[in-house]
Amino acid sequence: MAGSTSRVPVEKTYKIYIDGKFPRTESGRFFPLEDSDGEVIANICRGSRKDFRNSVVAARKAFPGWSSASAYLRGQIIYRIAEMLEGRREQFIAELHLQGLSKRRAKKEVDATIDRLIYYAGWSDKYQQVFSAVNPVSSSHFNFSVMEATGVVSVLAPNESSLLGLVSNIVPAIVGGNTCVVLASEEMPLCAVSFAEVLHAADVPGGVVNILTGYREELTGQFASHMDVNAIIYCDSDTDVAKEIEISAADNIKRVVNRTNTDWAQEKSQNPYLIKETQETKTTWHPIGS
Amino acid sequence: MSVTAIRETGHLPDLSRVPLVDEVGVEERSARFQTRSIKKESKVEALRMVLSMIDLTTLEGQDTPGKVQQLCQKAIHLHDAMPGLPHVAAVCVYPTMVGVAKKALGKNNIKVASVATAFPSGMAPRQIKLEETRIAVDEGADEIDMVISRGAFLQGDYGFVFDEIAAIREACGDAHLKVILETGELGTLDRVRRASVLAMHAGADFIKTSTGKIQPAATLPVTLVMLQAIRDYFYETGRMVGMKPAGGISSAKLAIHYLVMLRETLGAAWMTPAWYRFGASSLANDVLMQLRKQATGIYQSADYFSKD
Repeated sequence: MAGSTSRVPVEKTYKIYIDGKFPRTESGRFFPLEDSDGEVIANICRGSRKDFRNSVVAARKAFPGWSSASAYLRGQIIYRIAEMLEGRREQFIAELHLQGLSKRRAKKEVDATIDRLIYYAGWSDKYQQVFSAVNPVSSSHFNFSVMEATGVVSVLAPNESSLLGLVSNIVPAIVGGNTCVVLASEEMPLCAVSFAEVLHAADVPGGVVNILTGYREELTGQFASHMDVNAIIYCDSDTDVAKEIEISAADNIKRVVNRTNTDWAQEKSQNPYLIKETQETKTTWHPIGS
Repeated sequence: MSVTAIRETGHLPDLSRVPLVDEVGVEERSARFQTRSIKKESKVEALRMVLSMIDLTTLEGQDTPGKVQQLCQKAIHLHDAMPGLPHVAAVCVYPTMVGVAKKALGKNNIKVASVATAFPSGMAPRQIKLEETRIAVDEGADEIDMVISRGAFLQGDYGFVFDEIAAIREACGDAHLKVILETGELGTLDRVRRASVLAMHAGADFIKTSTGKIQPAATLPVTLVMLQAIRDYFYETGRMVGMKPAGGISSAKLAIHYLVMLRETLGAAWMTPAWYRFGASSLANDVLMQLRKQATGIYQSADYFSKD
């Protein structure tokens, strides 16, 4: 590709993902992402609290449709995400490599991510059976408990595990019928944006997953305090941050899910209890004759 | 009848002399209003003003006295957790619900507006429209929202539409008359402008964009054309006419854009509930949520605000 025939390089613009669309941040701000040699890899949107607010509106709007979709359909769509990701393996491996992972580790992470999607796709029509129950009561009632999606979940994705950790937190929430707003890894945001494209190609309805990039310090408080968010998942091990999240989340008694110090690569980091953490238990008392 | 005599300024003007609308210019101008930066205190004031201009509306076949009473309670107690809020301007209902609303609102200084004239289609004989208007006024309606006969207007029978508005105007007595143009069925901005001029000359106290039953309902460009018509009519006759965009304005942000447009087109004199209204059902709660956000710094959820 030397000399006069060389092409003009086509660089990808990394944008955010809100309501099934790829806008730039409404704030117009960005920050340069550098590789280990200090070379700029890409300009990343520095998402604002208004982007977050718009995402929550989108997630809330998408919630009734997604939570009432059949388990079978949700499972199919999540399986489809895995298929789409499989087709773009090389791109994701290259992006992880660009952000400092070795080729071998990058390949391992992408493979594990695809497998994780398949794993949770399988759980879509099974977790209800595992966690629901018929309860013994001492009156003439048929008493049973079922799982229901809690609503809009905000996710502060892990900083270190930028693809596997991201997906391992999004998928258990959405397989259970929740919609979510996610803040990508601040240090390695590339895969999160590309993963949004995969979601888009996999027919995940707009608003079910919204992905923002930006500064954690700036957005954590918003993720934790928004009154229209029903649960928050975080993986940060800083106790001051955890305290801030717990206090802000108390205003509307959000579920707070702490996934600090999880090694997402391990087999035991995938299990149906992660689905249960963003579910509510609905118990029904149905009168019966003695 | 002295009041009506003053309002009925005219006869049907020559509508061919009404200025034509530059559609592209109107689009660009209305896009410009959406770029104004309204900062904190001004925003809070604007939000409070929006609240005070809302005609809280329920116009559904499934309306019941219970539902209307509940809406009136909402009008009186918008959000008691925030004391000192202004109340909405009016409650807007069907004629059969005027009595219920009047009673439920009591002495709270919130007006009762009633749609009339075979709302929303307007397809009824004039006699029936007049009778409906009189009934609504007798029941205690302070304001009448009538629809024009779009069919007659579109086939060029301007005299028919003019006479009809004038007749309804007379039947209103002391009640204020808002004339709904149903701009979504008029097709072009030129026709919107012409219908505005016609309605004002026929004695309208307010002109209103839409019934809310037809899409598109209120938009910024359509409202701008109507505001310009009001301005020119004011220069011509010295009489102020009010404006009511209705339908599709459900976010506080958009409502503020409408206020910016009002301020920059007609000026401060029109910025009161006496001259400007929003016809809306879900706008009030969004405004309340934004006001609460401004007070607490925390984004709000609809779960914590009464629906109606």
